[in-house]
Amino acid sequence: MTTHKELSEYELSLLNDPEKRASLKTKDRMAIPPQEMPHQNSVERRNNLEEVAIGYTLEQARIEAMRCLQCAKPKCIDDCPVNINIPAFIKQIAENNLPAAAEILKETTLLPAICGRVCPQESQCQKNCTVGKALKDVDKSVAIGRLERFVADWERTSNLAAVPKIKPETGKKVAVIGSGPAGLVVAADVRREGHSVTIFEAFHKLGGVMRYGIPEFRLPNDIVDKEIDMLKQMGVEFRTNFIIGKTRKLQDLIEKDGYEAVFVGTGAGLPVFMNIEGENLVGVFSANEYLTRANLMRAFDKTKADTPIYESETVAVLGGGNVAMDAARMAVRLGAKKVYVIYRRTEKEMPARAEEVQHAKEEGIEFRFLENAKRIIGDENKRVKAIECLRYELGEPDESGRRRPVKIENSEFILDVDTVIVAIGNNSNPLIKQSTPQIETTRWGNIVVDNNQKTSMDRVFAGGDIVLGAATVILAMGEGKKAAESINKLLAS
Amino acid sequence: MNKILFKQKLSDNVYLMRIHNPLICNERKAGQFIILQLDDDFGERIPLTIADADEKEGSITLIFQVVGKTTDELSRLNEGDKIANLAGPLGSPTHIEKFGRVVCVGGGIGVAPLHPIVQAMKKAGNEVITILGARNKDLIILEKEMAAYSDKQIICTDDGSYGLKALVTQPLKELCEENPKPDLVIAIGPPIMMKFCSETTRPYKVKTLVSLNTIMVDGTGMCGGCRVNIGNEVKFVCVDGPEFDGHLVDFDNMIARLNSYKKIEQKSHKCNLDKYLEQKK
Repeated sequence: MTTHKELSEYELSLLNDPEKRASLKTKDRMAIPPQEMPHQNSVERRNNLEEVAIGYTLEQARIEAMRCLQCAKPKCIDDCPVNINIPAFIKQIAENNLPAAAEILKETTLLPAICGRVCPQESQCQKNCTVGKALKDVDKSVAIGRLERFVADWERTSNLAAVPKIKPETGKKVAVIGSGPAGLVVAADVRREGHSVTIFEAFHKLGGVMRYGIPEFRLPNDIVDKEIDMLKQMGVEFRTNFIIGKTRKLQDLIEKDGYEAVFVGTGAGLPVFMNIEGENLVGVFSANEYLTRANLMRAFDKTKADTPIYESETVAVLGGGNVAMDAARMAVRLGAKKVYVIYRRTEKEMPARAEEVQHAKEEGIEFRFLENAKRIIGDENKRVKAIECLRYELGEPDESGRRRPVKIENSEFILDVDTVIVAIGNNSNPLIKQSTPQIETTRWGNIVVDNNQKTSMDRVFAGGDIVLGAATVILAMGEGKKAAESINKLLAS
Repeated sequence: MNKILFKQKLSDNVYLMRIHNPLICNERKAGQFIILQLDDDFGERIPLTIADADEKEGSITLIFQVVGKTTDELSRLNEGDKIANLAGPLGSPTHIEKFGRVVCVGGGIGVAPLHPIVQAMKKAGNEVITILGARNKDLIILEKEMAAYSDKQIICTDDGSYGLKALVTQPLKELCEENPKPDLVIAIGPPIMMKFCSETTRPYKVKTLVSLNTIMVDGTGMCGGCRVNIGNEVKFVCVDGPEFDGHLVDFDNMIARLNSYKKIEQKSHKCNLDKYLEQKK
């Protein structure tokens, strides 16, 4: 474990003297150095699944909170997909009033401990923070995500999280398909109105991508468990090993089982491959498979788990998003001696959270920018032995505004690797579509919804990655919130 | 839910179990499979094809051979015990219609998934010929059950201890040479058997379906571990299959992928038989 810097006398005086705090001017606040997040040592953490970012101490959190200027027109609120009242909860931290801070968070977000950890803050709430702008460095913005996490962790570890009030039972039933972030939010918000809620989950464990995808070193299972326990205490029912579309058809839930509304939050579960030569060799995995084995199936625990995981010395991870970072860092923890991340643009265009990229570098992962896989080469046993890549340069911006990568002819070169993990995205899972032909989908299989998350089917709503394509936990939550409002409105009439 | 209602040892290491699960029982169709896991935390998820279902009892029948840790543990469970996790029915059902003359080839434990297909094909009005093959007489399973839905049944054993002393490809070839030749062949068994059945029928241009049993984790399309080359396309066995045109399947790649973890599994669970064989070398 790393230790953080001792607090200065000045900082200590700020903590202890309310008057001094009250008299802080903008320039005083700007002069407070950003508080560093304590981290698990980068050598030790290569061998364990413990969380990398350890979390602020109370003192650190309060000092960091004092950096917030309490802007009259806070950009951070607009930039947050669920519009958390950020300056208000931060102010309460500075004043050491954590229960009030927790209350404010709860007004808008159900999963602060999770979002504080996995949201891409630098492209959301912290992107246009006045402090960061003034200091000309987004990394020096107020650490909103870390503060959110701090409050949520404090509340959880002090066992203060209270079960939300449930309105009198209405006797109406709502089905939620998928127990990922979108589904959990819908379940909570609909249950609060007094409707009975059943969540159907295909896997044997709950949490969706937060369980099978995001590794424990970034989001510990305990935190996901705690959120799910809270829903159980609220009276939400869970059915695991229950695959809507297979175990029971979606329309049967409405026509035969008496559900008055259904929310589809099945996620983006169909891995995309590169479509290159050698992709079906032994030793080529989708990031989904690699991470699911390690996380959900506990293959990291090689002595206890029955599910095997490939033994790798040298790994190439293809892609530049959070999933690529997770897979690369998991490969390190599973004993790979060398891990490359191969991305066809530059670091600037990478969609991964800045902090994950930073952590990956500290853990010894080698980033190879402006390169892309051309084919995978196997040995006589059809096992991966190398990957042939091409070099790229950046051309004109494309529709996404990012500069388009253009391959450089005749720039092929070969990297010796024994494992390739493909992390270039997911298409929508086909199970609901296959078994529910009447639901309207895009040509990529995403479910089409209106502004209220309503699908083309009566009483059926959808949200999260099955609508958005592969996105983030917070965007899924935002959609879940909207869907819950629509469901509650439908059932009120 | 998931309680074992009945258990029977069919041969040395082959077991039949009827498991209570009315949901899967009601939805399942011929050709579909389930995923089973015995320990919530550390168990592995394995796919097993549904061999039969009893709507009155609300049960599905699984027939499995002990080949690894999970199937070994499963074989040690008894009537009244519960299976921790059972999910399904998965995969696309077999396309059933009246084709005419349908030859169903089952090798070893592959007879189990073939059983509901034979039933459905017969009920659809087909002339059904079954070929059952195994190493020896003891390993032939469901002989009577299959005969009940077969117009003709041929049994082959490698050692000649029962029926013809032949591989299943021999009577299959003879049937292909008959007039009329089969309208459809369905072959289910070890990958190598399905490969050679497909090779046998290829020159006669007889459509041949095989049911693939690849490595899977989730069984719902999410991991892609089950992907196979079908002609020029990559398909997922769990959502696009498990049945494919045998003439298009890249069996060599599939067999290599099935052995992905062999090195690791041998290292950690070196079984006595392996040691014995090594000593003999």
